[in-house]
Amino acid sequence: MAEMAAKGESPEVLFWVGCAGSFDDRYKAVTQAFVKILNKVGVSFAVLGPEEACTGDPARRAGNEFLFQMQAVANIQVLNGYEVKKVVTACPHCFNTIKNEYPALGGNYEVIHHSQFLQQLINEGKVALKGGGEFKGKKITFHDSCYLGRANNVYEAPREVIKALDVELVEMKRCRTKGLCCGAGGAQMFKEPEPGKKDINIERTEEALATGAQAIAVGCPFCLTMMTDGVKNKERENDVKVYDLAEMIAKDMGI
Amino acid sequence: MSFLPQVAFLIILAVAVFILAKRVRFLKRNIQLGKAEARNDQPEARWKTMLLVAFGQQKMFKRFIPAFLHLLIYVGFVVINLEVLEFILDGILGTHRLLAPILGSVYTAAINIFEFLAVAVLFSCVVFLFRRNITKVPRFQKPEMKGWPTLDGNLILVIEIILMFAILTMNATDQILANRGDEHYIALGTLFFSSLIQPLFEGMSTGTLVFVERFAWWFHIAGILAFAVYVTFSKHLHIFLAFPNTWYSNLKPKGEMQNMPEVTNEVNMMLGIPTDALADTPAEIGRFGAKDINDLSWVNILNAYSCTECGRCTSECPANLTGKKLSPRKIMMDVRDRADEVGKSLDAGGPGLEDGKSLLGDYITKEELNACTSCNACVEACPVNIDPLSIILQMRRYVAMEESGTPAQWNAMFQNMETSFSPWKFSPQDRFNWADSVKEEEISD
Repeated sequence: MAEMAAKGESPEVLFWVGCAGSFDDRYKAVTQAFVKILNKVGVSFAVLGPEEACTGDPARRAGNEFLFQMQAVANIQVLNGYEVKKVVTACPHCFNTIKNEYPALGGNYEVIHHSQFLQQLINEGKVALKGGGEFKGKKITFHDSCYLGRANNVYEAPREVIKALDVELVEMKRCRTKGLCCGAGGAQMFKEPEPGKKDINIERTEEALATGAQAIAVGCPFCLTMMTDGVKNKERENDVKVYDLAEMIAKDMGI
Repeated sequence: MSFLPQVAFLIILAVAVFILAKRVRFLKRNIQLGKAEARNDQPEARWKTMLLVAFGQQKMFKRFIPAFLHLLIYVGFVVINLEVLEFILDGILGTHRLLAPILGSVYTAAINIFEFLAVAVLFSCVVFLFRRNITKVPRFQKPEMKGWPTLDGNLILVIEIILMFAILTMNATDQILANRGDEHYIALGTLFFSSLIQPLFEGMSTGTLVFVERFAWWFHIAGILAFAVYVTFSKHLHIFLAFPNTWYSNLKPKGEMQNMPEVTNEVNMMLGIPTDALADTPAEIGRFGAKDINDLSWVNILNAYSCTECGRCTSECPANLTGKKLSPRKIMMDVRDRADEVGKSLDAGGPGLEDGKSLLGDYITKEELNACTSCNACVEACPVNIDPLSIILQMRRYVAMEESGTPAQWNAMFQNMETSFSPWKFSPQDRFNWADSVKEEEISD
């Protein structure tokens, strides 16, 4: 972003990478896949790189409002400084925070989740899917992320993206508004679960496996981690893969 | 003609109204123990929400069988209460079936409809008792349901069954008397459902029948008034509060947490950002977050009194499903019970909130709060738009900011965020490293 600003350019959209997208070894592949799609399609975009900080979502959900606002206000200063108008992110937590919670602190942007962005690109014909790709005809199930679904009522965009791959989309028993959390929201990602009978991601993974799907599609870095761990726990990592939507599209595009 | 029954009726009515008024004041004051919060914006959307969710029972129908049975009771309650208007007029004026001669055949049709609904309510209540006590639907067996909540649920169903029997008994005996030519009673033509139980009474003498009929009449009207009073002590309060509760629903996206302007001012000052702090800061900053009910919004307490303990929230809660201590229903019951406790203490001239107890600790534990994934399943599930998550998150704020009592792993996450602007311990300078491989690929292309 700094480079573009120095040249006096302003990108069409800012890609908010998020902490998982920047640092998580597995999830970096999703960031790279999404960027490759954007490059291939020729979308003018920028990232903040080292100027990006955590949105503050986990701090806020864990109760630390001060820390959240410190992060948020600093981010808003950077975003407003670059006169950012439109933000796309692959992380539903970043999406929810920037879209719904930054306005109260002076950050007003059009924010969309990458599932919505990908759906637009597909609808506009900008993403040319080969069909007959790796996923053709396969059974895929989609795990709704709480911060995309219930929190923001985005249920169809990710499904439209998956259907565009010419796959058989199978639904879990608890889906859409009734979707079961992966167990990572509300800052649970950053601590051990409280004592109980079972881990939430195992419960959800069992439900996903029960559909007979060959792959589990997600649209959230935390869900990706939780479902991947769940599949490993069930020793099914060899025949059931967990993918982010962007990875599936990029694979189909052969990039 | 004796005025004794009319006097007795007026006394019963006056006592009921007096107690009800007192209870309404009690509940209103308890709700107002919460902090002020404006929820009057978008009146059109609010009326629409109330019509769909409360009046139209939209969210009930996510589970069809209980929704259908509940609908029968709901319609029965609303419609049969039209007849109570006649009861009250008859009671005051000393008349009997005042409206029958005026309405003629419409009256007979109306009574038949009421009888059908009475049977439908009876049926639903029996099935609900069966679900609670025989098939034991799991959401009614959770630990927070032990004792009074289970008894309360069963009592309501049993009382409704008895009241419906009273209506049918009254109509059956009334019509036998009318057909015997008793001048006080008006023949209404066929009353289908009550005629089915007439054989039970046909052998009785006229004197006994009059007694049974009068007893059923008094029992029904006094029962309804007593039940109305009972409701204000019970989870059954939802029959009234569901309406205001849905009107005051949160209309914002469910994922949005409410901002704390008092924190914003401090953060802006720390970062040297000019702020119109004095304009919108309360003169005195109370606690950060919620420790007790007076730290919550009045809407949270209204929510608590509107909860009928159906447990749909708890049955969808991922934490509860996997055996954690958290139950969103218990959160709502705790808020209500604490508000009741404080209210009673205040009325008795006691210490109220300063009784050495608090919602956090004495009712809700940190373990429960810490188990929440903020997934909004409970909020989505609630048929009357109650928001347990809002309470959980406000209480987490208190634990984090006033007690520094968050779990160690969260404290570590806070530290990482303070020092490296990420919940994980990575150098902020490495944020762009993911791009290295993309750049390489592009160069090689």
